[in-house]
Amino acid sequence: MYVAVKGGEKAIDNAHRFLAEERRGDPEIDEIAVDQIAAQMSLAVSRVMAEGSLYDRDLAALAIKQARGDLIEAIFLIRAYRTTLPRFGYSDPIDTASMAIDRRISATFKDLPGGQILGPTFDYTHRLMDFALAADGQPPAPAPMAETEVAPNMPRVLDLLGDEGLVERAAGTAIDDADAPVGDLTREPLEFPTSRDMRLQNLARADEGFLLALGYSTQRGYARNHAFVGEIRVGEVAVELVPEELGFAVDIGDIEVTECETVNQFKGSKTVPPQFTRGYGLAFGHSERKTIAMALVDRALRCRELDEEPVAPAQDEEFVLSHSDNIQATGFVEHIKLPHYVDFQSELELVRRMRRDAGAAEAMAAE
Amino acid sequence: MTDTPLLRIEDLTVMYGNRVGCRSVDFDLYPGEVLGIVGESGSGKTTLLNAVSGRLAPTAGTVRYATRADGPRDLFAMTEPERRFLMRTDWAFVHQNPRDGLRMAVSAGANIGERLMGVGARHYGDIRGAALDWLGKVEIAGERIDDLPRTFSGGMQQRLQIARNLVTGPRLVFMDEPTGGLDVSVQARLLDLLRELVADLGLAAVVVTHDLAVARLLSHRLMVMRDGGVVESGLTDQVLDDPQHPYTQLLVSSVLQV
Amino acid sequence: MSMAEDGGYNFAYLDEQTKRMIRRATLKAVAIPGYQVPFASREMPMPYGWGTGGIQVTASVIGPDDVLKVIDQGSDDTTNAVSIRNFFAKTTGVRTTEDTAAATVIQTRHRIPEAPLRAGQILVYQVPIPEPLRFLEPREIETRKMHALEEYGLMHVKLYEDISRHGEIATTYAYPVRVSGRYVMDPSPTPKFDNPKMDRMAALQLFGAGREKRIYAIPPHTEVKSLDFDDYPFDVQKWDVPCALCGATDSFLDEVVLDDRGGRMFVCSDSHFCATRRAEGHRGADPTNADAFLMEAAGR
Repeated sequence: MYVAVKGGEKAIDNAHRFLAEERRGDPEIDEIAVDQIAAQMSLAVSRVMAEGSLYDRDLAALAIKQARGDLIEAIFLIRAYRTTLPRFGYSDPIDTASMAIDRRISATFKDLPGGQILGPTFDYTHRLMDFALAADGQPPAPAPMAETEVAPNMPRVLDLLGDEGLVERAAGTAIDDADAPVGDLTREPLEFPTSRDMRLQNLARADEGFLLALGYSTQRGYARNHAFVGEIRVGEVAVELVPEELGFAVDIGDIEVTECETVNQFKGSKTVPPQFTRGYGLAFGHSERKTIAMALVDRALRCRELDEEPVAPAQDEEFVLSHSDNIQATGFVEHIKLPHYVDFQSELELVRRMRRDAGAAEAMAAE
Repeated sequence: MTDTPLLRIEDLTVMYGNRVGCRSVDFDLYPGEVLGIVGESGSGKTTLLNAVSGRLAPTAGTVRYATRADGPRDLFAMTEPERRFLMRTDWAFVHQNPRDGLRMAVSAGANIGERLMGVGARHYGDIRGAALDWLGKVEIAGERIDDLPRTFSGGMQQRLQIARNLVTGPRLVFMDEPTGGLDVSVQARLLDLLRELVADLGLAAVVVTHDLAVARLLSHRLMVMRDGGVVESGLTDQVLDDPQHPYTQLLVSSVLQV
Repeated sequence: MSMAEDGGYNFAYLDEQTKRMIRRATLKAVAIPGYQVPFASREMPMPYGWGTGGIQVTASVIGPDDVLKVIDQGSDDTTNAVSIRNFFAKTTGVRTTEDTAAATVIQTRHRIPEAPLRAGQILVYQVPIPEPLRFLEPREIETRKMHALEEYGLMHVKLYEDISRHGEIATTYAYPVRVSGRYVMDPSPTPKFDNPKMDRMAALQLFGAGREKRIYAIPPHTEVKSLDFDDYPFDVQKWDVPCALCGATDSFLDEVVLDDRGGRMFVCSDSHFCATRRAEGHRGADPTNADAFLMEAAGR
């Protein structure tokens, strides 16, 4: 006697327990600690904070541990947690010009006020596997201190160019008013056509791989915008909030951010003298690849305001912004694992019937 | 011919910033009349066409159309839904490039049937019948009804576009260089077809072209444009055989007499 | 003890502000039957595509006295239905049930229950792609205009193409409908078999698309007509055999593969409907009794 399979609940419970076992792995091996992840895998933590849209290193590290190292799964945990947090208000815009610099470089000038500060970068390493790391050797000798301190308040390269009028103004949109209302992507659904504030919010939490590929495509000629890195800065900035009751700003903490400003294809006409245009990237933590790609895509998506014909995928705002969120993407891509047998049954019935009818027609024609 | 013109254009001006698209154009169009608008590129004829067909809002002046239900109405005072409905039923627009006026991903039959379905036709057999009928009228073999437009030649695509436009029995047709980009012999066949259809269906039409031969063959009246303004207008034969304005004379004389 | 009770999360997980926002969108949807209302979908603890829209709608309308049923593919016991039911049990503490008639809120994926629903019940559908025109026109800007201007010619073009190519309309699920003679709507990936149940249903029907951030609704007793042609009218799937377990001839049947020799049997997709019929004494010819199956196959 056929008995419909029951016990889905039990199966799920057991699956979860198996999962927990796999996550822990061999009990003979030390368990990874959250603080180890936070301290020694800080670039993973940066990505999870950036795409999770939540600045909390320990939480991101915990998410990475719980997700067994799957960063998108960790980002999902952070996003879901973020939904439950109470919102107190909006901070003032952070002032990256007064960043406590760890790293600051510019490709547009050999030298500039404040200097080229390389910071902790993979850039010039030779990508050779360091087997000494596997051997759990001694901690490395501390890096030597420089003779002079890093200058506080280094001026932004793009501000310097801007002073000469060589590059368009920072806002770069029709809304130049600093007090104009800013949308909130997490509170309103994105509607097309978008405004730049919503676009940048979407890009700030967008999947790094997706933006990387799109940015790359612009360089290879799919709407090339001749980008130079005006400046990349990595370091800490203060976050300030003006509580209603106080009426003045209070410093609620420091966060590490990465900011990338690109200088792009200049525009001009007979009546308007030429100026460089710009792209912008900003992310939590140390996230260079993300911010450079973001700046390239930001510039590509500004085609409408800059009167450029959209011809390439990176310029298609509906395409880019609808598919940039990896939590939405992974949810929908992976959902095809769910049972779909009712709809499949409907298709089966149709195809079987059509094949039967075609077979009958052929048989009749043969007679 | 009735007293009310089907289309009345008054003092129509379209500016692109400081640049003149077209300036202070006036004309009336009556049912069954074909008006040709000729000029070189940059003369403003396409701008004028886009404005009078509702695709481009003018900077000044009015476009008044005699609607079936409510009489003469200012086109740009209508709501967008009203205007779009008009453009799908009473009006037709034939693009220079047929790909702009067709759905390339659906069959010829569906292309012709779409407007019928858009106004509520719900009988597949009738829709298909109407499509076959129109394929015949535009001299496309009926067996091509299920083929995609990209399997058609340029001339066939253009004829399909015409069928798609005329199936709802519009009263007014706008054409933008309808024979542009086609071989001379194909052009001739298409022009004959257009002339017959316009006459048989009593259509009014506004045809923009740079080709005086097309203008002579299709239109009753002609307007010559230059730098955004109308320099001469009148009966086609008169304007072409006895041009008054120096520019028209230049235009006419520079056409190769074959 | 539910999560709500131990103070970790608000009742039904979402905060009250969010629920209010969703209810406002829902009211707007009910006022304009079939129209997709944008809403600020929240990130939920389940992935997008796994029912977050339906969950947010249910979370916003459910109260402590409600009785909740959750089904997926018509069954209470499929894994995702179990997971969602547990979520609500944990976050609300409401009574859950498999009994369609006893439920006040039914959240469903891809099926409408066979037993007719009554006034006072709410059916919440999980929707992946809310836009019926999406696959004909990928741009949101265009589809919004088409709905606003009632320009649905393209929808019928698709049906026309099906007939010219296959001899019939080839859509078997997510079959588009016209609601109250105005908006064209996607009923979610329910099989077309279920479309007639939507017409003038006595219960309130709510549709939630979390990833696409849209809510739409059909108020009770509203006309819902499946699109078709006069000479190619809408029709539903039929099976050659009744349910092997309960003998029902009018319910949607799932195909169960029995062996690798082509052995098949068909059973009701609506597990509760089938169980109820069996409890009432109805029986089918269960073909796992091999002789019965072979006799029946021979007789066909």
